[in-house]
Amino acid sequence: MSTEHIDDVSGISTTGHEWDGIRELNNPLPRWWVITFYITIAWAIGYTIAYPAWPMLSSATRGLLGYSSRIDVKNELAAAELAKGKYVAAIQSKTVSEIAADDALREFAVAAGGATFKVNCVQCHGSGAQGSKGFPNLNDDDWLWGGKADQVQQTITHGIRFASDPDTRISEMPAFGDIITSEQIMQVSAYVASLSGKVQDASLIEPGAKVFAENCVACHGANAKGNREFGAPDLTDAIWLYGSGEAAIAAQVRTPKHGVMPAWIDRLGETKVKELAVYVHSLGGGE
Amino acid sequence: MLDNTQVERLEAEAVNSAKVRQPLYAARKKVFPKRASGSFRQFKWLVMAITLGIYYLTPWLRWDRGPFAPDQAVLLDVANRRFYFFFIEIWPQEFYYVAGLLVMAGVGLFLITSTVGRAWCGYTCPQTVWVDLFLVVERAIEGDRNARMKLDAGPWTARKLVLRVSKHAIWLVIGAATGGAWIFYFADAPTLAGELFTGAAAPIAYITVAVLTATTYTFGGLMREQVCTYMCPWPRIQAAMLDETSLTVTYNDWRGEPRSRHAKKVLAAGQPVGDCVDCNACVAVCPMGIDIRDGQQLECITCALCIDACDSVMDKLGREHGLISYATLSDYNANMMLATAGGSGSVNPSLVRTADGLFSDKVAHFHIRKIFRPRTYVYMALWSLIGLGLLYSLLTRDRLEVNVLHDRNPQFVTLSDGSIRNGYTVKLLNMIPEPRTIVVTLQGLEGAEMSVVGIDQPAGRSVPISVEPDRLKMLKVFVRQPAGQIQGTAQTFKFRAEDRASFESDEYTATFNAPEIAR
Repeated sequence: MSTEHIDDVSGISTTGHEWDGIRELNNPLPRWWVITFYITIAWAIGYTIAYPAWPMLSSATRGLLGYSSRIDVKNELAAAELAKGKYVAAIQSKTVSEIAADDALREFAVAAGGATFKVNCVQCHGSGAQGSKGFPNLNDDDWLWGGKADQVQQTITHGIRFASDPDTRISEMPAFGDIITSEQIMQVSAYVASLSGKVQDASLIEPGAKVFAENCVACHGANAKGNREFGAPDLTDAIWLYGSGEAAIAAQVRTPKHGVMPAWIDRLGETKVKELAVYVHSLGGGE
Repeated sequence: MLDNTQVERLEAEAVNSAKVRQPLYAARKKVFPKRASGSFRQFKWLVMAITLGIYYLTPWLRWDRGPFAPDQAVLLDVANRRFYFFFIEIWPQEFYYVAGLLVMAGVGLFLITSTVGRAWCGYTCPQTVWVDLFLVVERAIEGDRNARMKLDAGPWTARKLVLRVSKHAIWLVIGAATGGAWIFYFADAPTLAGELFTGAAAPIAYITVAVLTATTYTFGGLMREQVCTYMCPWPRIQAAMLDETSLTVTYNDWRGEPRSRHAKKVLAAGQPVGDCVDCNACVAVCPMGIDIRDGQQLECITCALCIDACDSVMDKLGREHGLISYATLSDYNANMMLATAGGSGSVNPSLVRTADGLFSDKVAHFHIRKIFRPRTYVYMALWSLIGLGLLYSLLTRDRLEVNVLHDRNPQFVTLSDGSIRNGYTVKLLNMIPEPRTIVVTLQGLEGAEMSVVGIDQPAGRSVPISVEPDRLKMLKVFVRQPAGQIQGTAQTFKFRAEDRASFESDEYTATFNAPEIAR
């Protein structure tokens, strides 16, 4: 150690180091700074005693206050459940039509149903419920099985052509490729297409109407307006689940495709199904 | 001629004078400002009464806005995001009024500073006002300057303990009252006052009061002039705003120097003698603890108490007021040239006086005309333009607004009859505290009709909606256009919202989307 060096100008001792003739004064730290520093140390010790801190072999010290962020989350979730409780109870006790008619309740159900929809339904129906080929658009006013809130609830609860639910909505259009000739399929497709638009060969329409009357009216009705009892689509409107135009219609007549939707009651429970029904009903096409 | 026997000479030394310049990190020397009296002190009492009065009383003023809005004249309703100022109600999106007022305050400060120097610092700054208030308490309890210095230097006796404890206790009460008044701007004052004293107010109210009590006590009682000298950026900025025609508190060397405590002897010896008798009264009253005779300096808040102190000494001496005065640098320089015979020698006060002892005609005095110069014209013009602009936009602003959000997913829906439907979220803003019926109408978009979710009414082109007072109403609106009337994939049209009682209206241009080939 070198001997103590005192700075000539200030009269304060230096640290003893020298860089190019420059020496650093050995001023004490400001008192307030030192005190603050000791307070932080004391605080840190107190903090690690009061709160979970020290890692042990399998867990960590719990702290005297018994604080845990998991308990916080649990309490917050419980508080949220409690806040929702009023609405949930009302939804449980009322029918979907009653819920849809009550402004506050509908608002809650639409928000809750929307969240459920985003998790469970968007895979097939799309994030805006706009559907795609083979998967119905839920925004429009065309309903295969009925567009009243309770009908939608029934559909969601038991699904469509869902084998393991005995109450599921079920229907099956035969594959007419095995029943009528290809020519008849061409004719009936032209007839069906003509109901809502123009066709290339108008001469096919009249024999097509005959084929339709012989084979299709049982389900689709004499005026081709469909029948919701069997989920038979209205063939006179602008909405086509499997594509519009003669070719798409012919394909569906020859070997029909049938969509399947699972029953959601076991997975979601009645409250969420009701909320979903109100949500779907609110999208603009509800009856 | 100079009879200075009646003048009390004070043993006052500036904490940081030109002669003994302190290093930046020197420990603080306590300042014990002496009580001053005079016209500036009177004016400062008045300013203090007005500013404190405004601060403490404003939340208690009432203003009737009808049954649907609070009746507090000035209220920052953070919870509901409304700001009430007498007849004005501001929604969050109108916050630019506040920004405009702040810009006006800034330009106003430039104007004030360029004309009368650091008047903000000396008279109206909360730090100055509260320090003044805390000094009133200190003087009332511990006595004036000499008594306080003696008490401070003396040993800890029971009397000293009692005085100190009561002083700090009163300071804390003032601090609590300051913090207490602050929170009343954010909630209904009478209600909150009741809650505050019964322990029913929100924790944030108590925390705010505690924090403001601490800051008021620390800044006003303990730190005082250090806040201005070390913490505040204004002294630096405002000093840069001064020019040679700005009024600042000035020691007029040209009539004061050479200063002397023994004027008669000096005169008898045939030496020149100035008006300053070096009584240190100006130093003793200074709340910043400086010596103004060193010239204008950063620490000076231009509170003008040294002018009062000096003027009362000049009265006793039978000399003119204004040895220390508000003066401009250009006047000061002109007078110095006069007193030093063109800068050739040291100050000779006889050069600024005529034979009979009066000031010569050549002495420059401030004239109000000097306030009006290009720089201040620019500030005045800017200030008034912003003010008029704000006033204009305030008088012509809309109290009814409509905002529309087009559904993006799906953009459009084909319905069974081939018509196309678009969904919109329509927001109606009723910005007055009265319920209104607002008629929403479609403009353009031939053949289209709309229906509103939750409103039981057949589809049409016009729907009346009742909106609660001072609220936003959100509507889900479906607009449907028949297949035959669709023109293109994106048609523009308008949602028009109209209050048929007040003839107020607003429009929003929206887009109607349709698929490529709509049949």
